[in-house]
Amino acid sequence: MSTILLKTEHVTMQFGGVVAVDDLNIEIPEGKITALIGPNGAGKTTAFNVITGGYQATNGRVTFDGHVIGENYPRSKMKKIYNGTYKTLNEHQVINTPDKITRLGMARTFQNIRLFKDLTVFENVLIAMHGHIKAGMLRSTFKLNKEEELMMNQEADKLLHSVNLHMHRDEKSSSLPYGMQRKLEIARALATGPKLLLLDEPAAGMNPKETEELALFIQEIKETFSLTVFLIEHHMDLVMDISDKIYVLDYGKTIALGTANEVQNDPAVIRAYLGVEEA
Amino acid sequence: MRIKRNTLLTTTVFALLVVFLYWLSANRMQNGMLVSVLQKGVIFALVAVSMNLLNGFTGLFSLGQAGFMSIGAYTTAILIIPVKSLDGVYYMNGVHPGIRALKMVVADSPAFVQSIFPFVALLLGGLLAAGIAAIVGVAVLRLKSDYLAIATLGLSEIVRAIFSSPQFDQITNGSYGLNKIPTFPEMAWGLIPSLLTPFIVVGFCVVFILLLINSSYGRAFKAIREDEIAAEAMGINLYKHKSMSFVVSSFFSAVAGGLLAMYMRSIEAKTFSITMTYDILLIVVIGGIGSVTGSILSAFLVTIAKEWWLRFFDQPLFFGGWQVPLFRTGFRMVIFSILLMVVVLIYRKGLMGSTEFSWDRLIGRFRRTKNSEGGAA
Repeated sequence: MSTILLKTEHVTMQFGGVVAVDDLNIEIPEGKITALIGPNGAGKTTAFNVITGGYQATNGRVTFDGHVIGENYPRSKMKKIYNGTYKTLNEHQVINTPDKITRLGMARTFQNIRLFKDLTVFENVLIAMHGHIKAGMLRSTFKLNKEEELMMNQEADKLLHSVNLHMHRDEKSSSLPYGMQRKLEIARALATGPKLLLLDEPAAGMNPKETEELALFIQEIKETFSLTVFLIEHHMDLVMDISDKIYVLDYGKTIALGTANEVQNDPAVIRAYLGVEEA
Repeated sequence: MRIKRNTLLTTTVFALLVVFLYWLSANRMQNGMLVSVLQKGVIFALVAVSMNLLNGFTGLFSLGQAGFMSIGAYTTAILIIPVKSLDGVYYMNGVHPGIRALKMVVADSPAFVQSIFPFVALLLGGLLAAGIAAIVGVAVLRLKSDYLAIATLGLSEIVRAIFSSPQFDQITNGSYGLNKIPTFPEMAWGLIPSLLTPFIVVGFCVVFILLLINSSYGRAFKAIREDEIAAEAMGINLYKHKSMSFVVSSFFSAVAGGLLAMYMRSIEAKTFSITMTYDILLIVVIGGIGSVTGSILSAFLVTIAKEWWLRFFDQPLFFGGWQVPLFRTGFRMVIFSILLMVVVLIYRKGLMGSTEFSWDRLIGRFRRTKNSEGGAA
């Protein structure tokens, strides 16, 4: 049994009266590919945003690699849902900003590509390494950290070579074709030096052939960078091909959990995706 | 080979510039207007570049530049007004004894300390503004876009109100303002005449900003400009970097403010009103948001056009016996505004866009025009 890298306990996200994520309990084993699937509006991206620190959960706890990265001890009636170890303590919160969580070793990509459009491919990757820079602003300005800069440049070059984007090194990132922009976004996430890579619908807008290539690519980087991967996806082919473990979400609730085969034959999943047949 | 040519060209241009400035310094009486316009231009170039660092490179739309300039201007002016002029300047309310004591100490210190003291004053003005920026930034930098602009504009007005308030009139001389401010000091024991001082100070500051922009931190600033959410997801601490940019920008605005005090010789709080911020914003927009060389170029163009080339519109003009209507004081600004509109309509992204000046491009452009002419013939 491998160790659990990321764990959410009773995570709930409420926007006013809407419960976007309801009592989500996820365990992501290290070195595996875990997927979160579900129909549109099931709360997948919200769950992602809670995990990466973009939203503060209205209830629950997120633990990553031994750190509690987000915790919200509930008030009033939410109390009964939450049964974490801290239930005897007073109401309290642990809030981490996304940048801190990233520096702990969790990197993400976005559903609608968010590259730094006006900057070059190379700069996009370099920026992702900035979070770990040791030199202060003055040292960096006067170029007193030559070694560090050189290492960053070499790392970035190496990374671009390994994802086959090096020939586009000095092009504006917005000028790349769509598929390459996706790849670059993954490369940029890798540049932050993550243990866990979160991919938000990486195959969105890709044709079946590109999707197939992406599946290979994800498995490849998982091996080379010894990553754990957590992805949200609509494309069932991709998910079924590469995932070791699948969570199915519908209306914020987890309705199924298991391997590809188990999930595919789960009646609750079929109902959520295809609807209930009218008798 | 190519790089070598470019360095050669840059060095030549700078050498010519220095020679020209020395010549100007020797003949400054005959070229009063040129000297004055160039000095004002170079000071505004520094403010524009520092505003560009914030607005163009970090994507923070701030309008507090005049406020930070006034902090620098007042700090510098208070520190460098000579002790014998104090009573003349503060004739209404008297001067704070602390300031007088400080000046006595400086006046009694060795010549070397006195010669570098104006630069220390500039530095102190900058540091004070930077400190205030760091404190204010805690609250203000949580805001975004237009809201940040309004908050910083308010900040700039608060600073102005404080400087002209009667509570501080023993320090800032209230609404009377400060005068008898010594002009630019000489550098290196007279080797560098005072005319060159603003150019050298601004040169160092701009080089620093350029180095910062091209460093890893500068890249992080650009990332924040492009996409805050993505920048944060890449491990960049948004608050820390925004604050850094805000502090550095305020520091250099204040240094420019100090230089402006030396240039104008007398300042009052009204000098640093909102209109000054708009003047600077105008320079930044004309030059191109996100281009340092653009800001410098447009600072000179705007200052020279406004103060010099368009002067004749302010004088009455006669054709034979007929006086052309409209040619009177203030008409210059009408023409200036129309020219601005034309420039903005032609160059949508400013003169330089978000690119920097490069010899390759300039030479490339010349070649192209030559070729097209050849083709026509």
